[in-house]
Amino acid sequence: MKGNKTINSRANFGWLLKMAWRDGKASSHKLILFMASIVLGIAAVVSIQSFGENLKENISLQSKSLMGADFRIDSNNPPNERVLELMDSLGGADAREISFTSMAAFPKTDVTKLVQVRGIEGGFPFYGELETNPETAAGSYQDQGAALVDATVMLQLGIQPGDSIKIGKITIPVAGSLKSVPGSTAIFSSVAPPVLIPYRLISETGLVQTGSRVGYDYYFVAKQGMSMEQLDKNLGPQLDTQDADLDTHTSTSQRLGRRYDNFGKFLNLVAFIALLLGCVGIASAINIYIKGKLRAVAILKCIGATKKQTFLIYLIQIAVMGLLGGIAGTALGLILQQLFPLFLGDLLPVDVQMSFSPQVIIMGLLLGIFMSVLFALYPLMGTLYISPLQALRVQNESKSKSGKAGMLVLLGIFLFILLFSYWLLKDWRYSFSFVAGIIFTFSILAGIAKAFMKLIKKYFPHSWGFPARQSLLNLFRPQNQTLTLVLAIGVGTFLISTLYFTKDVLMGQATLETKSNSPNIILLDIQAEQKDAVVKTITGKDLPVLDDIPIVTMRVQSIAGKSVNELRADTTSNLNPWILNHEFRVTYRDSLITSESLQDGEWISEVQDTEMVPISVSDNFADDAKVKVGDKIIFNVQGVLLNTVIGSIRTVDWSRMQMNFSIVFPKGVLEDAPQFRVLSSNVPDEESSANLQQELVKKYPNVTIIDLRQVLTVIEGLLDKITWLINFMAFFSILTGIIVLLGAVRTSKYQRIKESVLLRTLGAKSDQILKILAFEYLYLGVLGGLSGILLSLISSQMLAWFLFDSPFLPSWIPFLVLFPGIVLLVLIIGLSNSRSVITSPPLEVLRKAI
Amino acid sequence: MTKILNVSNLEKTFSSGSKKITVLHNISFDIEEGETFSIVGPSGSGKTTLLGLCAGLDQADSGSIDLCGTGMNSLTEDERAILRNKNIGFVFQDFQLLPTLTALENVAVPLELQGAKNASKIGKELLEKVGLGDRFHHYPSQLSGGEQQRVAVARAFSNTPSVLFADEPTGNLDAETGEKIIDLLFNLNKESGTTLVIVTHDLELAQKTQRILRLKGGRILENPIDTL
Repeated sequence: MKGNKTINSRANFGWLLKMAWRDGKASSHKLILFMASIVLGIAAVVSIQSFGENLKENISLQSKSLMGADFRIDSNNPPNERVLELMDSLGGADAREISFTSMAAFPKTDVTKLVQVRGIEGGFPFYGELETNPETAAGSYQDQGAALVDATVMLQLGIQPGDSIKIGKITIPVAGSLKSVPGSTAIFSSVAPPVLIPYRLISETGLVQTGSRVGYDYYFVAKQGMSMEQLDKNLGPQLDTQDADLDTHTSTSQRLGRRYDNFGKFLNLVAFIALLLGCVGIASAINIYIKGKLRAVAILKCIGATKKQTFLIYLIQIAVMGLLGGIAGTALGLILQQLFPLFLGDLLPVDVQMSFSPQVIIMGLLLGIFMSVLFALYPLMGTLYISPLQALRVQNESKSKSGKAGMLVLLGIFLFILLFSYWLLKDWRYSFSFVAGIIFTFSILAGIAKAFMKLIKKYFPHSWGFPARQSLLNLFRPQNQTLTLVLAIGVGTFLISTLYFTKDVLMGQATLETKSNSPNIILLDIQAEQKDAVVKTITGKDLPVLDDIPIVTMRVQSIAGKSVNELRADTTSNLNPWILNHEFRVTYRDSLITSESLQDGEWISEVQDTEMVPISVSDNFADDAKVKVGDKIIFNVQGVLLNTVIGSIRTVDWSRMQMNFSIVFPKGVLEDAPQFRVLSSNVPDEESSANLQQELVKKYPNVTIIDLRQVLTVIEGLLDKITWLINFMAFFSILTGIIVLLGAVRTSKYQRIKESVLLRTLGAKSDQILKILAFEYLYLGVLGGLSGILLSLISSQMLAWFLFDSPFLPSWIPFLVLFPGIVLLVLIIGLSNSRSVITSPPLEVLRKAI
Repeated sequence: MTKILNVSNLEKTFSSGSKKITVLHNISFDIEEGETFSIVGPSGSGKTTLLGLCAGLDQADSGSIDLCGTGMNSLTEDERAILRNKNIGFVFQDFQLLPTLTALENVAVPLELQGAKNASKIGKELLEKVGLGDRFHHYPSQLSGGEQQRVAVARAFSNTPSVLFADEPTGNLDAETGEKIIDLLFNLNKESGTTLVIVTHDLELAQKTQRILRLKGGRILENPIDTL
């Protein structure tokens, strides 16, 4: 007898690979959607990750040339004896610098410009170099007693080497243009471009006066074997107590790295959302793919393949495709990252040399395999439960997928999202919030889809025409695609419009009020005796003086009976050290201004008695100094001690472009103290602004003028660059969203073909079928698109309230452009996929598709 | 002679919504090794379901099936699949070739599942035997219906099965091609001594087998009739 053979399968892993290859080779065109989803998702993440890694590496490699020295001691005051002692103990500074912002005038063109004056002595920079044109200017400006002027300023104002520049009381020649200098950040340079002059000329400018904001920097080259960490640990706290700071090149690069890290994290999240949409694309594409493979699975089972074997054939296929997608996506990501420096340019602190980080490449490849397998698992489980009887035309009810296995897959997916977002954000709270946000968005959209179906069922419009009714029926019939499509369309729209609205919030924060009574030009550092003359100059040009703010500088002497030194020495004290070290610029007035509101206590407008002055502090000062209404603070006002008590605490909106203060005195106390003034005005156009600036600089060289419109142009430029990057990442989400949409439409295509063919066989005309399909996609597009936009409106409002603390005025673009665009896209994709149903004879379609 | 298939008191019920439909009632019969046997009956009489149960594609609600001396009831789904791979060949009405595999690969799959090293060689021999020596590397979509069914026959015999189940093997073919396929089946059956079980409603075809089992409404109308 031929029976009684042992019951075990001898086909090995090699055979599974062979079958996966044979089947995959013939079905590759069906996996295009799958591949596209993986490639786009991974390219988005890899490009951002790789760029971030490169940026970090470059910052760390170039840390010394970023600072120009190994370490630096800086302070806002001339160093006291203790600081000088400490510097001596280090062998003395190798170079020193005094810097401040001031107006500079260029007599040749009669133009003035706010600049950062840096007076330098010694061999600074010790690392990196001063890039100048001509090159020799970097070495010769010191001996010549000349200036190096920011290259962009020279270009803008048409200044040539040899022309002169007037800074304060001195006029010196321009030795050359300055292309780069260690220690100047591009963002600040856009507002106040650097001008380098010899240190010895600083006193001659006459600009370093009481109240001037001056920086004193001492640069050091480390002795051999000197540890920066040890130095930071030993010297840092000692300098802190003397109101000075130690910055080592390593700590500076770490700080810079962290600053870009935050921006990178945000972009990573945007890329991760593209990746998640890609995952939805994978699940959707595999769902279609496996549906088409179920018959082959039944046949294989018929001829003796086990459940595990058939499952593994397709799992291997998916994993290999995932790996290929990972390779293509990683390669695309690595190419795309090369574009970032082109568009970000000035935003970056260093020239980023692109290299390929092995860590990112491995991540891209593993992500390809892992993502594909994880998101394909649920549709793949269908192969386990398909009965071989299906090969015999027996319509057996197929066993439903195991609920437990389905839950495990779902759990695995959430775990993957959580762990991956933790890897990107390095913060469990944010990761959990992110996952919760995703679950919430998906649940809301799913809820809307289900509620919509219920509503149609309940209030079905029986009086509508046949195509409209039929298309509505399609939305809740068995095996409908309403949920899948509303999710795909809704998530895509939600994401894109949230990015758009967030941009609105950010831009709204930076926009200057254009009303004539809001200041757009601010004059700083006006000495008390200059005030009347400056006011006269402004009013003489028919311009208003909007604010006249007196400023008195002072330091904290003691808080609640404890001196600053005691507080510094107190290890249990948790107040923020800046309070103890900061030189406060304080004003006095009798009323609150528009950016302020009273949080606690009573506002006192004027006092006669100066024994105990009731002052008002901002909420952040109160938080950082750990004080409340009634607490006593003694201030040192340029040598005179002043007893104060906190009379009120104000909430201050620091984002408003106006002069805000941490500490405000009532009238009647500081009027006679040494002070300077800040004036503000509103100039109608650039010409009158330039005119006013020229005259003021000529007459009062110590006065610093900030044209807020110029600052805003710089901010807008920066935001544009950031917006470009966000849009670039959003573009991935849009593309992946379209793929998901295509996948979802194709899944439903088979169902629609069957019904459309039946309707055509019963005599429905092509245009009726077309109408039914068009209406159905229209309903889905409108529902998904509208839900997505409304959800994003809510989330953006919440972001504006809780994160940006800013009013949110949504623009109409998402409603007028994005929404109709999405609906149209759904219609086009839906109808183009169903074209064959409409144009082919029923029998042909039946033969082909069923 | 040895009994290769023994069916005893077989019952099968399907659910349709909340309703239960019994498609097979108390079916008992047996088939000898090397015998040709047909199951006939009108549409919906349960013939294909019976064939599926005999081949271990599904489990009966009650009763027992012994195939090649192995009780099917005690086997898991995977054990039944392996039993099919070793002992059973299939020919289907609509050919059921794997569309992404070439003719040769389709024929070789059952042997490959057994781990046979010479699967391709045997596959080629079988395809030549069924007259498709020039079609090794064609995909099913590149073959005519008759050619596809010949590939299916070659595949069915590739694992030298003890029993070959054919479900309406000529149902999708024109009369002339159908005739050729039947000849092929019977010739290979004679050559290899395989037991042949055919499900058909074509009485002329049924007459060619040694015994006929008639089904109606899921019940045996009469005991298998000897046609000889």
